[in-house]
Amino acid sequence: MLKTFSKGGVHPPENKLSANKPIQELGLPTHVTIPLGMHLGVPAKAIVQKGDTVKVGQLIAEKNGFVSANIHSPYSGKVAKIDKALDASGYTRDAIFIDVEGDEWMDTIDRSDALKITCELSPEEILQRISEAGIVGLGGATFPSHVKLAVPRGKTAEYLIINGVECEPYLTADHVLMMEKAEELLVGIHILQKGLQVEKAIIGIENNKPDAIAKLSELAKKYTGIRVQALKVQYPQGGEKQLINAVIGREVPSGALPIEVGAVVFNVGTAYAVYEAVQKNKPLFERIVTVTGKSVKETANFKVRIGTPVSQLIEKAGGLPDDTGKVINGGPMMGKALASTEVPIVKGSSGILIMKQTEAQRKPVEPCIRCAKCVSVCPMGLEPYLLMSMGQKGLHERLERDKVMDCIECGSCSYICPSSRPLLDYIRLGKSEVGKIIRSRKK
Amino acid sequence: MNKLITVSPSPHVHSGQSVNKLMYGVVLAMVPALLASVLFYGMGAIVVTLVSVASCLLFEYLIQKFILKTPVRISDGSALVTGILLAFNLPSNLPWWIIMVGALVAIGIGKMTFGGLGNNPFNPALVGRVFLLISFPVQMTKYPVPAGISTPYQSTVEGFTGATPLGVIKEGLKAGESFSDLAHKIPSYLDMFLGNMGGSMGEVAGVALLIGLVYMLVRKIITWHIPVSILGTVVVFSGILNLANPEVYAGPMFHILTGGLLLGAIFMATDYVTSPMNPLGMLIYGIGIGLLTVIIRVFGAYPEGVSFAILIMNGFVPLLNRYIKPKRFGEEVKNG
Amino acid sequence: MNTTILYTILSLSGLGATSAIVLYFVAQKFKVYEDPRIDQAEEALPAANCGGCGFAGCRNFAEACVKADSLEGLYCPVGGNDAMTAIAGILGRDAIGMDPQVAVLRCNGTCEVRPKTTLYDGASSCTIASALYGGDTGCQYGCLGLADCVTVCKFDALHMNPETGLPEVDDAKCTACGACVTACPKNLFELRKRAKKDRKIYVACRNTDKGGIAKKSCAVACIGCGKCVKVCPFEAITLENSLAFIDADKCKLCRKCTQECPTQSIIEIGFPPAKDKTATPDDTQTSATQQENTNS
Repeated sequence: MLKTFSKGGVHPPENKLSANKPIQELGLPTHVTIPLGMHLGVPAKAIVQKGDTVKVGQLIAEKNGFVSANIHSPYSGKVAKIDKALDASGYTRDAIFIDVEGDEWMDTIDRSDALKITCELSPEEILQRISEAGIVGLGGATFPSHVKLAVPRGKTAEYLIINGVECEPYLTADHVLMMEKAEELLVGIHILQKGLQVEKAIIGIENNKPDAIAKLSELAKKYTGIRVQALKVQYPQGGEKQLINAVIGREVPSGALPIEVGAVVFNVGTAYAVYEAVQKNKPLFERIVTVTGKSVKETANFKVRIGTPVSQLIEKAGGLPDDTGKVINGGPMMGKALASTEVPIVKGSSGILIMKQTEAQRKPVEPCIRCAKCVSVCPMGLEPYLLMSMGQKGLHERLERDKVMDCIECGSCSYICPSSRPLLDYIRLGKSEVGKIIRSRKK
Repeated sequence: MNKLITVSPSPHVHSGQSVNKLMYGVVLAMVPALLASVLFYGMGAIVVTLVSVASCLLFEYLIQKFILKTPVRISDGSALVTGILLAFNLPSNLPWWIIMVGALVAIGIGKMTFGGLGNNPFNPALVGRVFLLISFPVQMTKYPVPAGISTPYQSTVEGFTGATPLGVIKEGLKAGESFSDLAHKIPSYLDMFLGNMGGSMGEVAGVALLIGLVYMLVRKIITWHIPVSILGTVVVFSGILNLANPEVYAGPMFHILTGGLLLGAIFMATDYVTSPMNPLGMLIYGIGIGLLTVIIRVFGAYPEGVSFAILIMNGFVPLLNRYIKPKRFGEEVKNG
Repeated sequence: MNTTILYTILSLSGLGATSAIVLYFVAQKFKVYEDPRIDQAEEALPAANCGGCGFAGCRNFAEACVKADSLEGLYCPVGGNDAMTAIAGILGRDAIGMDPQVAVLRCNGTCEVRPKTTLYDGASSCTIASALYGGDTGCQYGCLGLADCVTVCKFDALHMNPETGLPEVDDAKCTACGACVTACPKNLFELRKRAKKDRKIYVACRNTDKGGIAKKSCAVACIGCGKCVKVCPFEAITLENSLAFIDADKCKLCRKCTQECPTQSIIEIGFPPAKDKTATPDDTQTSATQQENTNS
């Protein structure tokens, strides 16, 4: 039996339509918008001014505090303005607008394709490079990587776990990356091992990607301490706590970080970005984005620079289909529905999923029949039906006691509910209220 | 763009599971037992089922439309399930008006007074059945002897009705006979398993009910916890009693195959609304039902106790939900 | 047979009597002294338990009033000055009066003037929708129309108007408890001083975007042009972040600003329809005195 996490989980149809599509380059846009807050934590602080010329890879916004990340210009051209711009959520946030002119890169970046294996840097220097390159978790959470790498005093990392699970249906960005950039990826993992000073690194991959498992297992033989762990297909295996549980069988305690059980988790995309940053001196301004959907003409995996409008990707994939109901940034389980296709691709965009009107429509809400399916699928062992009704009634103390803060918002409960109840909507509401209360208590 | 795109919170896909599908799945699982009862009791089974289902749907419709003034949702299948389950718990020669009274109590009192589907603390079909059992004890305990598919409705003359094996044993033991004396008065285990004995129309055919159980487990409509814990408890408890004194206490096999135990464990106790919401709670609930059933059967005044046992444990469900919590992820740190 | 009945009666009466005696002593033993004035004060309150005063319910508020040294900062918006005077009488303290207030919705973005840009398909709650995204129109400040305020209103004073997609305040029923103010995730409700005949003038907009952007998303948005600020004879209007705000305490309801506003984002309610006539100083004077009369 293949390994998987211990509690709950669902198995939605995988629909990996773009699995065998190679990585494509995308043409340059004319105007781009770079939001300053595209990572978890404090938004970065712009250090360029209107009218400045910038080069590809030039630092344009500095991290503003420890939990924050640098932002580098993905394009060369002129800074048009620094103003509010609509972000993916339909709210306006600060952003840098750049008018693209040519494609002039910083000299420091090594643009060759040659694989560079050896890395002579010390752990501190590696950390420094990663921090400077503005690398954040590319799985979707966009947590600044240098924060994760800074292991707190008194704790030791025992395992480096690389997340190649890609449990979200439809998305294939990580899959194609593992296939096309396997060598670089392993070097990146090796560098992370060195940076963290851990011996054991495990790449967790779900069994629906046998080619990636085979390829990486073969290549990993060349490195000491790296191995591939095939996992049973089960959503949400890509969740940090679930992946740790699946791979090394440990449970991260409620409210604690993975380091508590000696594990540090990075996404394959992040590991690849680490390779580029450390070996090629190339900061993070590019990522792989899947454009997919049942009625998309040309599903594809694009190599996209941050700031490119989503509409440009959709255009390249054959245009927005007529029966479009939703455009989602991310996968169907945890992705965010976009209010407009004019928003930019950000560091956390792993895919653009276009859903048909018929797929996207929610079914009418029916009364809870207490079937307990939500309880049985919850990967965190919570009781979603109860949390929902408490969220509706605003019973914050009980919500906190019933561990609403443990919810990872995977959506398995809403997915399975036969009455189509918006469980996660209300749980999220309760979670944000309880979060506010906890924060105010700390003050 | 001329058409607006939709925005909603995640998740954006749904399993496609629905209340209707689950309910019709349960109905499908009940079909073997229904066929078996038609096979044994003929026309009576069909008439009782039809009257029961029709009146359950009718009462639900009337109450939703004219009393609660809420949207009518009789098509969700829950009233259909209640109707069939109620029919399964009745003798196949019951007069039609008693069935209607039972349906009214089941739907009206058992379900709608609490606010309809999802809010009733007690299994509606059982509320109806127990009401009838207490109000019409004579009609409710005169079971026709299985006489084949050609039996017409209410053809039974007085002498034609037979007691259930449980009733025979209860009366016999009361009269001072020992279990081995009574063994020849009851059908063989094979007959019991196939359903060739007196009883409510849906409870007799063990084999048909088990087919339903397997179907529901495969379709993941229910989990194993409740049926297995009930049956397991009955086996263990009655087994212990049987070992202590085989002359007074019947063995596990007898308890499993007679009366409404299989029907109760598979279809009645597993009712979503009235059963606990997490695995541990379900096990406790099942064990409670098992213990109570054997206690009522062996020590109580009634020969059969499954209905009462389930209703009593239904009452404990809110308590179980409140105090038995599923094990949270990360609650105990396992290192290994 | 008779003895059975007799015994039954006797034993049950005995049981009843014993229980009564036990209960009496237990009640005596565990009696908690409560200031009788708390009950009296509670009597004077409207018993709506709405929480508008900041306490969990009317009894908690009554307790707080009795315990506090003065009634400063304690006010029941529902009972208003009458209730507070009554409580002050009971406690022998000075009542601190406040102007009666009413809730107003600072958004006038009806379906007509503020076209939808997306369709929302989540749980029907403003708080959830606003946590998810800016809203289903171009304006990220405006009403979402999912009626969280209607749900929390305990006085039946708020109703959704299906035509405009906006909630409407029933002035007669509104008690200014403030539940809607807290419930609205877009912070659109404001408690304003009640004027005579429930006349109101206020900026029905909270859009702080620059003029052009605001106007594009909603035809009746405040574009921050500042004309109203200039025309106001009482300095009641301030402009901040491209958004005008009328201070209800300074406003004398002269209606100069409503005529000046190019987008009709300043709305007047409860006035006679005569719009062509500019208000004379005399008019303002009378309305000001009228207002004082109502407040006293």
